[in-house]
Amino acid sequence: MSQVLDTPPPTAGAAAETPARLAARYGLTVSGARPSLSEYIRQLWARRHFITAFATAKLTAQYSQAKLGQVWQVMTPLLNAAVYYFIFGVLLGTKHGVPDYIPFLVTGVFVWTFTQSSIMAGTRAISGNLGLVRALHFPRAALPISFALQQLQQLLFSMAALVVILLCVGSPIGISWVLAVPVLTLQFTFNAGISMIMARMGAKAPDIAQLMPFVLRTWMYVSGVMWSIDKTLKHSHLPHTVMVLLQANPAAVYIDLMRFALIDSFHADQLPHHVWAYATGWALLVGVGGFIYFWKAEERYGRG
Amino acid sequence: MADLVHDKPNGERVPTVICDGVDIVYRVNGTGAGRGSATAALNRILSRNQAEKAAGVRRVHAVKNVCFTAYKGEAIGLIGTNGSGKSTLLKAVAGLLPVENGKIYTNGQPSLLGVNAALMSDLTGERNVHLGGLAMGMSREQVKERYQDIVDFSGINEKGDFITLPMRTYSSGMAARLRFSIAAAKDHDVLLIDEALATGDRSFQKRSEDRIRELRRHAGTVFLVSHNNNSIRDTCDRVLWLERGVLRMDGPTEEVLAEYEAFTGGSDKPKGTTAPRPSPPAKPSKQEQKQPGAGKVPLPS
Repeated sequence: MSQVLDTPPPTAGAAAETPARLAARYGLTVSGARPSLSEYIRQLWARRHFITAFATAKLTAQYSQAKLGQVWQVMTPLLNAAVYYFIFGVLLGTKHGVPDYIPFLVTGVFVWTFTQSSIMAGTRAISGNLGLVRALHFPRAALPISFALQQLQQLLFSMAALVVILLCVGSPIGISWVLAVPVLTLQFTFNAGISMIMARMGAKAPDIAQLMPFVLRTWMYVSGVMWSIDKTLKHSHLPHTVMVLLQANPAAVYIDLMRFALIDSFHADQLPHHVWAYATGWALLVGVGGFIYFWKAEERYGRG
Repeated sequence: MADLVHDKPNGERVPTVICDGVDIVYRVNGTGAGRGSATAALNRILSRNQAEKAAGVRRVHAVKNVCFTAYKGEAIGLIGTNGSGKSTLLKAVAGLLPVENGKIYTNGQPSLLGVNAALMSDLTGERNVHLGGLAMGMSREQVKERYQDIVDFSGINEKGDFITLPMRTYSSGMAARLRFSIAAAKDHDVLLIDEALATGDRSFQKRSEDRIRELRRHAGTVFLVSHNNNSIRDTCDRVLWLERGVLRMDGPTEEVLAEYEAFTGGSDKPKGTTAPRPSPPAKPSKQEQKQPGAGKVPLPS
């Protein structure tokens, strides 16, 4: 390589050892190499406080310039629900046959928004934070997980609003409300996983961020956010496979489980068969699979 | 690999960073090089293996075949005109940029002195100290323990209780001081410092230089990128001179700085007229080459 170095004249001889062997002799490791999966999990665990601090900071920074400040955390989901109620509840009358339509709709919107925002944020988790990725060393999975966590915190604000709505429409407080905790845990695992998958794809092709709104809107309409899959399709003549696919759709599964947990008039017979198995299966498959998929490209994040 | 400068011939020296023929290439999408960008983009998607140039991807060859070995206890200055690849090389050593060819071996995890990207201007200085500390890998306890030192060092509170205000309300100097204070709060094995000494007023610069020397005592090896030759002279005993991504000189501070000053001290004429010993011509087919001599950042507008 000495052709690039004409001054001073190379002092040959003394360093006849190759760099690789010299490195090996002193136990040096390749900089920026991907750690093993267990080592990666350990590093990620060591950064858990950063993950939570980053999520909270993002959440707080979001509305810090607004006059009403953090009130928007609750206002935004409520306004969202109001718009959907106006269109689907009042104008289109999708509510036929669904008792307690307002909580039904609002639960659907909030739970769906959690998944939707996690995917959108995940898509830009690496490509939108290249400055951070190029300045500091940390397991990159911290970013998509942190964004999913931020959305979870956002959802908890929304849930507070939802509780108020439930009490307003006279829905009784039931023991089944505690089911919301396992549902949220499973959904968070699923969201974090899909967020990591999208983060890797978005890091390679940032264009995906332009495409996602369309994919997500389609997904939203088939997930029964503002209509009841069970009631609407009971008497339809769709092929059996389509029915199964609609019911196995993870977004629909989490939405229905949350409705089952919170809304008194939403009964267990409205849930698809094996719904908890679906919920757990999706969470494990996407959560673990997404994590491994993301880790596989760990050393490549940050290239312009 | 015969380019080691043996300024300390006695004893066995322990290497901490080894760069072995390192190339770093940035790829920039959609620069419109070649054809109209829409067709180019389609091309890029359809035929992955096609020449990147035709597909509208500009390759910026930022660092070319750089080899050096850094040893424990050394303070190494990195100099060169703007856009010559100094910061890029530093980031690659820190493991933050992938290398195209070659390998970089390091002892432990070198850390770049810089947390700017982790901080959020909408948050208070106080929360940014916590966030920045955690982002650098400090534990919550460490951050809590050093919080007061960081604030005191930055001098943000000298003129009132500013640490509880959002960072966007700070003057640029204040923000820079706080950023440096956060970044310098951690001890490192291999420390990489990128133009950190240029922040703040005179008194803060003095304090920063002291802190850098202190960090150097704790760290095994320090790399310092700076355009201030005096601060290089004060802190470094060895200097690497990068020019257009090529390692042009590697040697004791005074020797290299003398050559460098001769190179930059002259007019802005194309290189070779003032450089005593110009480097050999760069490898062919690098259409991303900078303007000769001007040394501007090569990224397209």
